[in-house]
Amino acid sequence: MYRLSAFMLIVFLPMLGTAQNKKYVSSMEKNLKMMDTCQSIASYQQVANAFERICSAEKKEWLPPYYVALCNTFMATMSAGDKIDEYCDIADRYAARGDSLNPNNSELCALHALICSSRISVNPMLRGAKFGGKSGEYSAKAMQLDSTNPRPYLLQGQGKFYTPPQFGGGKDKAQPTIAKAVKKYEAFKPASTIAPNWGRERAKMLLEECNKK
Amino acid sequence: MNKVVIVFIAFLTGISSLMAQTKISGKVLDNSNHPIAGANVYVRDSYDGTSTGADGTFSFSASDSGKAVVVISMISFEKVEKAVVLNGKEINLNITLSEGASQLNTVVISAGTMEASDEKKVTILKPLDIVTTAGAQGDIYGALKTLPGTQQVGESEGLFVRGGTGNETKTIIDGMVVAKPYFSGVPDVAARGRFSPFLFKGTVFSTGGYSAQYGQAMSSALVLETQDLPDKSSATAAVSSVGVGAGINKLFKDSTMSIGGDFNYTNLGPYYNLVPQDVKWNLTPVFEGGSLNFRKKTSETGMLKFYGYTNYSQLGISRPDIDSTNGSQSNFVLKNRDYYTNLTYRDNLAGNWKYYIGASYSYNQDDITPNNYHIVNTNQLSQGKILVTHGLGSLSLIRFGGEFQNNLDMSNFDITNVPGFVSYAHTKLRIEDNYSAGIAEADIFLTSKIVARIGGRYEYSSLQQKSNIAPRTSVAFKTGKNSQVSVAYGEFYERPETRYLFEKTTLNYERATHYILNYQIVEEKRTFRVEAYYKQYQNLVTTLPVSPMFPADSLHNNGQGYAQGIDVFWRDKKTFKNWDYWISYSYLDTKRQYINYPVLAEPVYATPHTASLVVKKFFPSILVNLSATYTYATGRPYYNPNNPVFLGDRTPDYNKVGFTASYVRKFGNAFSVFVIGVDNVLGTNNIYGYQYSTDGQRRVAVTATAARMFFIGIFMSFGIDRTQDVLNNN
Repeated sequence: MYRLSAFMLIVFLPMLGTAQNKKYVSSMEKNLKMMDTCQSIASYQQVANAFERICSAEKKEWLPPYYVALCNTFMATMSAGDKIDEYCDIADRYAARGDSLNPNNSELCALHALICSSRISVNPMLRGAKFGGKSGEYSAKAMQLDSTNPRPYLLQGQGKFYTPPQFGGGKDKAQPTIAKAVKKYEAFKPASTIAPNWGRERAKMLLEECNKK
Repeated sequence: MNKVVIVFIAFLTGISSLMAQTKISGKVLDNSNHPIAGANVYVRDSYDGTSTGADGTFSFSASDSGKAVVVISMISFEKVEKAVVLNGKEINLNITLSEGASQLNTVVISAGTMEASDEKKVTILKPLDIVTTAGAQGDIYGALKTLPGTQQVGESEGLFVRGGTGNETKTIIDGMVVAKPYFSGVPDVAARGRFSPFLFKGTVFSTGGYSAQYGQAMSSALVLETQDLPDKSSATAAVSSVGVGAGINKLFKDSTMSIGGDFNYTNLGPYYNLVPQDVKWNLTPVFEGGSLNFRKKTSETGMLKFYGYTNYSQLGISRPDIDSTNGSQSNFVLKNRDYYTNLTYRDNLAGNWKYYIGASYSYNQDDITPNNYHIVNTNQLSQGKILVTHGLGSLSLIRFGGEFQNNLDMSNFDITNVPGFVSYAHTKLRIEDNYSAGIAEADIFLTSKIVARIGGRYEYSSLQQKSNIAPRTSVAFKTGKNSQVSVAYGEFYERPETRYLFEKTTLNYERATHYILNYQIVEEKRTFRVEAYYKQYQNLVTTLPVSPMFPADSLHNNGQGYAQGIDVFWRDKKTFKNWDYWISYSYLDTKRQYINYPVLAEPVYATPHTASLVVKKFFPSILVNLSATYTYATGRPYYNPNNPVFLGDRTPDYNKVGFTASYVRKFGNAFSVFVIGVDNVLGTNNIYGYQYSTDGQRRVAVTATAARMFFIGIFMSFGIDRTQDVLNNN
């Protein structure tokens, strides 16, 4: 009997781990599906909360804090004034937590780039140069870490798109980078069902805008 | 064996099927009992939880058992954690979340204070505002004159705040006093501030009731904080109608150290040839100088800063001698050499302790040749300061420290054959003061809505051999989401001006007592601020009755006076898109008897009503910024020897419109700003006062040296791309 239970332990223990992992993946998948349908701050908050709960349960995974930060950045872009900084502060905190779990990750660098560019709109006159520059640096680093990641190209192109022509930006300057981003999206295969896979539609939309005369 | 299998199968299909789930439900409210929607409620270290609905309610089941912690969190609110026991019995939680102590909703000490900062979001001005305010011509002091509490004194440098003279305002850079913050000027012409507004990341302009950290200023403290490490290396170049300048700032690879320097050369000669002046400049104003800075981040919290400045200037003015009948001129030639250095270090220690250490040395020499005599005035100031701060809880703190200053003043002069003057051949005066001060202060937050600052300052001067204790206190209450009321009281001492101390070192401190009541509403894009004050002056230096043989006998601390008034400020960036405007109004009722005033009288630099309107309009599509400033002030008293009432006459009202246009563009990797400015667009002849001949028969008006001042310039900044550095280091 002892032998049998030892046998069962050997057989079933890995399954225990798998069960836990299944719960993690299925919760993440469920929330990512919800995230895709989000239209408002309130709905993003729901998803951000759900990812935050997964963070609390799965302390070794870098994707839950990644998505908490991403949702908060999306909420920042839908807000105005000081609220932007409040959301971005939370995003920074969770992105840093992601960094500590998974250092030198291209997706996290791209996320930092997104957070920096979101902070610009608080006061473009004062912050444009500072956060625009920082965002560009993070995008460049994200590209260097993984040249197949389309998101840093999208963010860099988007940055140029919204920079006034007088400051070296504009549609024409943005077009090549965004075209590159669209191409990279075509070739891009996410590492798993829960790995970052956002921005495809936005890249296409921006490219259309750029190509409009 | 069957048992074992059953246990395992049960385990695999989920503990939940074996143990009872615990239902957790309740409601989340804010401090005013409004429901909070979207708050996260969950059992720590588990998947179990939910978000609150629109009515603030929540309900979920927890599958764990035993002791657990329920976390309730929401953006802008302080997180709450509740210990619970999960045993299948339903748990009902009614939670009230308090607003987090963010900058917006925490009370701040605001009586007397107006702040410009990039770091803090809610401030009255941004540093860039100082640069873009029309009429200020890029001078910090010029921009501050559009704020309430200041007088429009155009014939003398300095900020004249709430009935105080220019000497009663002190400028402090990174905690160190600046002995000579303005260029040396000639009589009746205001000089600009020495320091560029681009040097500073934060400016606190206090018009009264300030912290015990600052002493030797009876009216006002201008506290400037220099920039930290730059974002990237850059080079700058400037060409304007008055001179040229260039600078470089190098950020080292690991972004923890930077070295920078600049050079400036200003020569008003070409401009004066183009735009005729109402006075004769017999020595063209020339200013040349430069600065060096060094910054080193020594740890996450440690920062070492060095700033060194040097400047040489010369200028000479020639005016008709009012007492002369044969048209002879009165000459004044000034050569100035100035050094200012500042070394500071700040860091955090374990256990909520912070410290600051600073040292500074400055040197200033004015070499003056009025007519045919010669005066050389030299001032050296060496100072050191230590400040230790200990945080108590999340907001409260105590602060204490000490300050030491060695002030050495020398005046060498040679006055011979000057009619009306006693002959002083090769006279040398020298005074040295070792001044020390102790500072202790506490900011106590009773809640995030009420704060009290209580503190004081002890000072001792070895020269005067006198000490004083200056208590300072301030209380602020948050009355609404964006509004607050504050009150302040304080004693402020200042040593008499050097020229009096030369004659009599035993003079006492001059003294002002401030009482301030402030109400303000500060929103993201709108600010309203109203402040009433009463200020009492005591121990002011008097020079009457004159004792011609023994000048020291005529000096006493017998003067006194008062100032009371209301300052109003309104700024609005919201109502009209891309428009930004502010309105300042100051009402001032002040009288004093000091220096040679025989009676209590409204002083020559004060006027009851002053108002400014600053308008800025940004055109985003063409990146042009237009700014206009209109300033109005009622007339000021002037001395008329023919009027039996002392200072019984008033100058005409003061009106001035300034205009600035700037255009920003990027060429290659260079940001360029083109600026065109006109001071006094309408050319109004503003009269600051009159000078009378000795017999009282003739007078000349004291005015600006030209009706208008034009300015054209290009400022270029070449960013040195740091992307590669970042890549190499990460």
